[in-house]
Amino acid sequence: MSAQEAQVTPVSDHHTSTGLDSVKMAMWAFLGSECLFFGSFISTYLLYRNSVTAGPKPHDVYNIPFTSVSSFVLLMSSLTMVLALSAIQRDDPRQMRVWLLATAMLGMVFISGQIYEFTSFVDEGLHLSTSTFGSSFFVLTGFHGAHVTVGILMLLTLVGMSFFGKLERGSRTVEMVGLYWHFVDIVWIVIFTVVYLIPSNH
Amino acid sequence: MSQAEHLQEHGHPTPRKYVGVAIVLAILTAIEVTISYIDSLRSILVYVLLVLALVKFELVAAWFMHLRFDNAIFKRLFVTGIVTALLVFGVVLTYFFSHGGPAPSLGG
Repeated sequence: MSAQEAQVTPVSDHHTSTGLDSVKMAMWAFLGSECLFFGSFISTYLLYRNSVTAGPKPHDVYNIPFTSVSSFVLLMSSLTMVLALSAIQRDDPRQMRVWLLATAMLGMVFISGQIYEFTSFVDEGLHLSTSTFGSSFFVLTGFHGAHVTVGILMLLTLVGMSFFGKLERGSRTVEMVGLYWHFVDIVWIVIFTVVYLIPSNH
Repeated sequence: MSQAEHLQEHGHPTPRKYVGVAIVLAILTAIEVTISYIDSLRSILVYVLLVLALVKFELVAAWFMHLRFDNAIFKRLFVTGIVTALLVFGVVLTYFFSHGGPAPSLGG
């Protein structure tokens, strides 16, 4: 095996007691714990969304066509993310940077949509403290938005690292950020269905 | 052997396959949104929407997160989180409805 081949071989698979990449294992354990985090908020939302004692009800404020476009944007960002990983695995850092920037841009479009949505909800009289529906909605979608924002920062950091040659070839770092990004996407798949599409009792 | 060749030899998909999965995801999303407007499907809407969301979830986890190709232990770690989340929801639901349903407001 040449020195170059050794560099691109998947890292640390053979140096742990399990024979598996410990960083990847930790990432999956973290994502498993994040399921509990979001699961709790989704459960709370489902319990309280019909408890509207004041202010607008869910169907008064939701704009399904607008949120559908946002969901589509986030879904497509998962494609650009996996294409970035595929590019670095082909040892093509320029392509990887293009796809990472595309992913970050799509994430920013999603966040912009969420800010617009929150603003319009507030204008219609739905605040964090208006009702338990408002509280559970803003906490759930707000925490998801915070996760997307952290993801965007990580993506932009990766682009910067790549520009300055700080990213190793066949990068595991890109794979880990990718796992986080896809997780944020699958959480939104659940939120979009449970929060927006499934009709409430009102 | 390059890492790309190494990964494809072990069944990792090509960019073309990723695009194919993304197209399926887009179509499923379009179906979800469309059927949510069809009143005649109201009685089965929740079940259909949940199944479609589950399929989308599975597609992203299996293809984009590579659970389909990676070691099964990663899948087990993730599934443990999901199952625990569902258990927590079940416990909360049972508790609330055995005590007369969720409180109408935070103060009430």
